[in-house]
Amino acid sequence: MEQFFQVLLSGLATGSIYALAAIGFTLIWQAAQTVNFAQGEFVMLPAFFLLAGMHFLGMPFWMALIFGLLLAVFVLGFLFKRVLVDPLLKHGGLSLIIATMALAILMKESVKEFYSAEAQPFPEIVPNGSWDISGVIVSLTDISHLFISAVIVIGLQLFLNRTRTGRCMQATAQNPGVAEILGVNVKRMVLYTFLINGVLAALASFLITPVYLAKFSNGEYLGLIAFIAAIVGGFNQIRGALAGGLLIGVLDNMTATYITAEYRQAVPLLLLIAVILFRPQGLLGTSEGREA
Amino acid sequence: MIKKLLGATALSVAMASTAIADTVKIGFVGELSGGGAPAGTQYRDGALLAVDEINAAGGILGKQIEVSLYDTQTDPQTSRALVQKAIDEDAYVVWGTVYSSSTIVNMLVAQQNGVPQIVGAEAPNITQKGNPYVFRTAYGAHRGVPALTGYFRDTLKAKNVAVAWVNNEFGKGGHDVFIKEMAKVGINVTADIPSEAGAADFAADVSRIKEANVDAVFVYLHEEESARFLREAKKQNLQPKLVGEVTLTGQKVIDLAGDAANGAVAHVGLTAEANIESIKEFGAKFEKKYGHKTDHNGIKGYVAAYATKYVTEMNGSFDQEKFAQTMHGLTLDVAKYPGMLLTTSWDQDGELSRESFMVEVVDGKQVVTTTVAAN
Repeated sequence: MEQFFQVLLSGLATGSIYALAAIGFTLIWQAAQTVNFAQGEFVMLPAFFLLAGMHFLGMPFWMALIFGLLLAVFVLGFLFKRVLVDPLLKHGGLSLIIATMALAILMKESVKEFYSAEAQPFPEIVPNGSWDISGVIVSLTDISHLFISAVIVIGLQLFLNRTRTGRCMQATAQNPGVAEILGVNVKRMVLYTFLINGVLAALASFLITPVYLAKFSNGEYLGLIAFIAAIVGGFNQIRGALAGGLLIGVLDNMTATYITAEYRQAVPLLLLIAVILFRPQGLLGTSEGREA
Repeated sequence: MIKKLLGATALSVAMASTAIADTVKIGFVGELSGGGAPAGTQYRDGALLAVDEINAAGGILGKQIEVSLYDTQTDPQTSRALVQKAIDEDAYVVWGTVYSSSTIVNMLVAQQNGVPQIVGAEAPNITQKGNPYVFRTAYGAHRGVPALTGYFRDTLKAKNVAVAWVNNEFGKGGHDVFIKEMAKVGINVTADIPSEAGAADFAADVSRIKEANVDAVFVYLHEEESARFLREAKKQNLQPKLVGEVTLTGQKVIDLAGDAANGAVAHVGLTAEANIESIKEFGAKFEKKYGHKTDHNGIKGYVAAYATKYVTEMNGSFDQEKFAQTMHGLTLDVAKYPGMLLTTSWDQDGELSRESFMVEVVDGKQVVTTTVAAN
């Protein structure tokens, strides 16, 4: 039973980070009705911004963390929207989806070129150590990851539901035409969504990279898992992406512990197939029909 | 005028031919990106350091070494195509690959073309397939892992152990030898935990090892995975001794794992921390040139280059078949051949023999605890 709780906690901690990346998929979908296939690379890149701040600019860790966060918001939020999304969106979602695939390759290869193909050590932003609670070793890192992710998600939900800006963003996501008639600055709301995605990607990056180590290829797996989490949970609901991330994190660890470590990577894919077959809107998502 | 032009052209062609003839091409086929990059780039850097030295000293038989780099991206099929490409581009010898799962695939290409190949790979079956052109720069796992048996039995007095291994050619080779060795001395392997190459999350693996309640753990993973495993082991406060063969205590692993690497023990064929003057000198040169420390793969690359020089000069020609013949049963004494760093022998299968070391990571550094005689 101790093992079960320990694995459950590890799964939830990892899953909560997947959820942050998955929520990014949901936000971009709501703001631009498109899928950002560079989302995995969005999670990979901020860790390198932080490392660059430390190693090339000589910043102390916490300053480099803020530097990395701000740069991520600027590059992955503002620049991404202005340079890629705005010019391409008028040509339809498909062009943009293909462009994000190209962007993913560009980001990956650029990091490989400028920061080498080797994995880099990455400092833990939360304390190491553990508590022994009735035989269950509770890792401070896991608890911190879970706590930080929970604070971010709750904060985001409160922002979206309880603030005027948040409600304007939701109105823009639901019907931009009507929102504009009602006086909402739609362009600004869409920009806010991209900036929030930049923040989420950066925080996910800072939490997951100590486990994965900083490497140019990290986005491949993270992007896939976050995408699956978003679909499993419900692509159009933030709470769905959260549930999908947590579910995949727990399922992955439980499978590796109790069933098979060798085929653990197949489990999210099996789950994806099952959801698409039996509940295509996702576990917590709502149906979106296409009108003729 | 036309005569002058023709004369100048002929002279240029002649000069170009002379320039081409004054170099010998080597194909470096290695893991320069992908999961194997920590190993492949070290192997490359060690080899290129040696090439600079050899070229500065006049090259091989008066010819400068020209190295072409081919990145396998840690993909076996790509490595196979690149070995062919290197050979098509007239490589005299191929250096690499380091990953066994690539080497086992691409060495057939070198063999079919009669091109000697000096590899960093350690899976036992590489030298057990009757390939007369493949030569190691480090022990195969079937030579290295048995050196740990006594450590598990006598030093740790282990009764039950776990093995965490990467499920590919490299890992399977070490895993199979380890299982046999433990059976020989009556130690139970109570947790047998494979993981995929490139695995990032070892929480479940470590948890299973904790549940198995073992006395020690044999960790046979690649560099990055070893670092992730060590970090997770520290996070979950895993108590049993972590023991590895070569990679677990490599410099790259120590860099990546930080203080989580402290206390890990391994048998290593090569270490820059060995108290041997030639290796220390090499380590200092490497660090000066690249700004970071070498690991065993850097040393492998270095000796691959020098072995190529010494054997070719022994033969007095760039004859590839003769090269392979000379290598079989050869011993290069470090007193006469200092580039080898340690006296090194190859048997009739291309398997290597030389002194090796038991090391422990203390305060982020490898510390040699015992020297193991050549076997």
